Amino acid sequence: MAKLRINNIDIEVEDNLTILNAAKKYNINIPTLCNYPDLHINSECRICVVEIEGRKGLVTSCSTPVRDGMVIKTNSPRVLNARKTITELILANHDSNCNACAKNMNCELQNLSSVLGIDKSRFESTLEIAPIDEDNPSLMRNPNRCIKCGRCVIVCKEVQSTNVLELMGRSHALTVTPAFGKFLSSEECTFCGQCSSVCPVGAIMEKDETDKVWAAINNDNKRVIVQIAPAVRVSLGEELGMAPGSIVTGKIVSALKLIGFDDVFDTDFTADLTIIEEGNELIQRVTTGGTLPMITSCCPGWINFAEQNFPEILPNISTCKSPQQMFGALSKSYFTEKVGIKKEDLFVVSIMPCTAKKYEAQRPEMSVDGKHPDVDVVLTVRELGKMIKQMGIDFKTLEDTKFDNPFGITTGAAAIFGNTGGVMEAALRTVYEVVNKKPLENIDFKDVRGLDGFKETTVNLGGMDVKVAVVHTLANARIIAEQIKNGTSPYAFIEVMACPGGCIGGGGTPYGTNTSVRQKRIDALYEVDGAMAIRKSHENPSITKIYEEYLIKPLGEKSHHLLHTHYHARKVKHNEDKKNVMATY
Amino acid sequence: MKEMKVISKRFDKVNPLSIQDYINTNGYTFLKKAIKMERISIIEEVEASYLRGRGGAGFPTHIKMMGLAKETSMPKYIICNADEGEPGNFKDRAILEKDPYAVIEGMTIVAYATGATKGYVYIRGEYLEALKIMKHCIQEATENNLLGNNILGEKFNFTLEVRSGAGSYVCGEEFALIESIEGKPGRTRIKPPFPTQKGVFNQPTMISNVETFANIPFIIEIGGKEYHKIGTPSSTGTKLLSLSGNIKNPGVYEVPFGVTIRAVIEELGGGTLNNRKIKMIQLGGSCGPIIPEYMLDMIIDYERFEEFESKTGSGAIIVMDDRSDIFDILMNTVLFFEHESCGKCVPCREGHVQLLKIIDKFVKRTASSKDLDSLESLARVMHQTSLCGLGQSSPTSIISTIRFFRDEYLDRIDHPASN
Amino acid sequence: MLLDMILNKYPAQEDSLIEILLEFQDAKSSHFISEAEVKQIASYLQISEAKVCSVISFYTFFRTEQKGQHIIQVCRGVPCHVTADINIVKIIEKELGIKVDETTENKKFTLEYTSCLGLCDKAPVMRIDDKIYTNLTENKIKAILAEYRVYN
Repeated sequence: MAKLRINNIDIEVEDNLTILNAAKKYNINIPTLCNYPDLHINSECRICVVEIEGRKGLVTSCSTPVRDGMVIKTNSPRVLNARKTITELILANHDSNCNACAKNMNCELQNLSSVLGIDKSRFESTLEIAPIDEDNPSLMRNPNRCIKCGRCVIVCKEVQSTNVLELMGRSHALTVTPAFGKFLSSEECTFCGQCSSVCPVGAIMEKDETDKVWAAINNDNKRVIVQIAPAVRVSLGEELGMAPGSIVTGKIVSALKLIGFDDVFDTDFTADLTIIEEGNELIQRVTTGGTLPMITSCCPGWINFAEQNFPEILPNISTCKSPQQMFGALSKSYFTEKVGIKKEDLFVVSIMPCTAKKYEAQRPEMSVDGKHPDVDVVLTVRELGKMIKQMGIDFKTLEDTKFDNPFGITTGAAAIFGNTGGVMEAALRTVYEVVNKKPLENIDFKDVRGLDGFKETTVNLGGMDVKVAVVHTLANARIIAEQIKNGTSPYAFIEVMACPGGCIGGGGTPYGTNTSVRQKRIDALYEVDGAMAIRKSHENPSITKIYEEYLIKPLGEKSHHLLHTHYHARKVKHNEDKKNVMATY
Repeated sequence: MKEMKVISKRFDKVNPLSIQDYINTNGYTFLKKAIKMERISIIEEVEASYLRGRGGAGFPTHIKMMGLAKETSMPKYIICNADEGEPGNFKDRAILEKDPYAVIEGMTIVAYATGATKGYVYIRGEYLEALKIMKHCIQEATENNLLGNNILGEKFNFTLEVRSGAGSYVCGEEFALIESIEGKPGRTRIKPPFPTQKGVFNQPTMISNVETFANIPFIIEIGGKEYHKIGTPSSTGTKLLSLSGNIKNPGVYEVPFGVTIRAVIEELGGGTLNNRKIKMIQLGGSCGPIIPEYMLDMIIDYERFEEFESKTGSGAIIVMDDRSDIFDILMNTVLFFEHESCGKCVPCREGHVQLLKIIDKFVKRTASSKDLDSLESLARVMHQTSLCGLGQSSPTSIISTIRFFRDEYLDRIDHPASN
Repeated sequence: MLLDMILNKYPAQEDSLIEILLEFQDAKSSHFISEAEVKQIASYLQISEAKVCSVISFYTFFRTEQKGQHIIQVCRGVPCHVTADINIVKIIEKELGIKVDETTENKKFTLEYTSCLGLCDKAPVMRIDDKIYTNLTENKIKAILAEYRVYN
């Protein structure tokens, strides 16, 4: 323990705690900017400086460990002046047209200037206007707002290992861009959007598509339907002033109805369907000597990553479309037929915790008629939050409403699709019972739950012990993909989700996501699961019905056409090793 | 006053490329002596000598050596910082080109004492000649069993490699240099951990200046106690000075610590060209203070320099005569740092460009007293909050001129340009 | 070909990057690194192209476009600045009809500033390619340029 003095109070804290965290324990919140809970300390912005008696310079509290006997001032005139000056320097090289920024009122820089009482920067603007990167379906990068805090670069490199964004150049000309200063569309971006979820300002955000939805809703010729992903029900509340992990399923349905959607459906329905198709695919691969391990395909960030970096393992990926796209395909076939409208008169909206889903919906394969996308617009949780605010809905006091049918009856298995390990657990609940023809004694697969980056378990299927694994973050996915590539993977089935924690930590979830928030959202999904009457996908009566009415059988011809897809290597990589280089010379 | 040639004793007297010439002039005698000593005794000799880093910051060398020696994670590295990019400094270039083996011998002794097995000499890319010479000498030394495995038949391995800079001043900062060796942009890391704990490739690393290593054989030769008698109590030994600017005989001179700046300029440098009046000098290079003529009687030692809180101790003296204009020099200096900032931390990245804007107002005589306040306040914030030595020391020229030449600032404010 | 040969000399690890870039750019007749070459280097070292770009854009030695046959670099350190009674850059600009960071139309010369070359005792100095010229005067500069124009 170290005894020290902060401002005028004596405190005692564990050794090796940073000054920032030590002060926090005593309710002194030193302002920060580049600091982000789950990322390593960058100490770039210098906002969190404090004065330590006996030291000439100021030190950053985020990076300096406490020492016994330290006398620290967090609010001396020297400290306050430094903080203010630094903030003004940032503002002088930032597009401060806050009213025209979607991050307005939700911006860490804006908040900091307000806390420090800055009304304008005393420095002349040095901003040089650069073009906005927005020619991809998912993300918008506005370099004029970038404050070079480096969070996005750290996430892109260390969490996702995608290495798309880098700090380029130096000094005042420092920028954050992909290689050769190009746009995201031309690089190996998976559109996972983790960069957007850590950006303190409005420099990287999802592409706002709310206007398209407002237009569709106000078009009398369109029937506008909406699906909400599992993770949305435990994260949207935060966007509207509720605590992390609030379960708001019924309120979302009510809000969507108020906004004007004709039918409000649940992606959980097609999550159950995914389990039936994917489970059968797994059984088929295992019993007929197909390519193993099989890898889940729900996550579009992961699909992009695999197509770009691991073309060799594409045959390992389940051919099942993601629940979002199964929903889209059924909407523009089964549903339109059922309600008797033309495909072009149906407008399908998805609410997703994800930015890569925007990309996925625009893939040419994701169209049953080959002309129109099955899912017309994908909104992130944040965009839905915005629509609810625009509509003036008092979300917290909304009554619950139930989902519409035919895509409204779901199971607990589908709910947990929204977190890491959930797809695996849902699949095991079904595959075990289908293969072993007996009910599971305990349907909770606790080994695959939780925030560990890498989880595994063994299940007995038809007398055979089968090893399965669960990974999240693309850095962990890379490890498991390398294993498969090298032929050393011991697993039969692997679940991959690109974002930390799975979809509940997706790039489209409310700002401020960190480990503790992720855990709360996960806990909430298991709570939803536990409260459901049916907790196994194959017991969902609506699923049984859609097979009877329309799909006939899993992996059948209709399924093949509507619910399965294929992947393609996106980029031929220069992968010559040293030997090949010698050969070309 | 005469020079005291200890480090420069072989300058222009031997063929720097010839290891035989070096050996013939007592070279490698002290590695042979050191290698028979207890490792700890070598560090104790350096401690007794109180050798301080010659790169400018003046950190006691034995503390770094001890720090490295007590680390157990292998391999351990020694890096010679030969990224002498500070405008006005060229003494390291002189050592590298004129007595390269002394640096190699010094590094080898330090490696032996600390248990390091691998070393780098990081030479700035602009020093083409020094790069060539150092590569040659390392090869010669290796061929003569003075580097490599089982050096001098002892159980002691030490290999040395030259790495070239690629045009970045900030790589003279220890962690930026380490990043550069690792093949990355030269952006510094957060301390702690310090290089001796986690340096290059995250292994324990000792990084010191060229001149510091060149001092090591001499300390082994005469012993720490004798060495301590040279110079002043806080600044022992000799110092190579780079004398440049408006002076008759610019060049590298070696003097014991404690001599006055005036004596160096007048007696070694021969005074100014055409005997013009000295207006000011810049100490330590562009990151150092600009001081007026009346301060020239100040002695050269770390203690005096510490007052300026910058890496003044590198030994550069740039003489500027009465034709020089402060704001012209400031513009040049700050422009240099604006170009060389790595861009990582806000005060340095965004600060220099703002300093330039304000200085420009003084150049053009459009500044107000508010601008003077802004200039001083910004310079101090940068000095106090920047992440590394670059941003911490670059405002020194501004802070010192506001202190010593305030009248000139006020004059520019009081006599604005007429439109 | 040249790049393959140079890559082959270095271990495929990240810390070879700067060494490779330096040697390759120096050896390549047009003295710059193209996008295709960045891709090849990244692939050889198994690092991202963005990382190679970040290094190239950080260090001033590296060029991403073709410059003149001869690169003239004028030192702008304070010692050169205060010792020069003449404005070296202005003289060269006038002689060649280009500004700093520009290349002559015949692609013969590019004019740049350089950081201190550590030759402050022989100031003012400039460098043309690998050759250093010290104690410059106006006539000396003109004579040097004339020599390059005629013979090189």
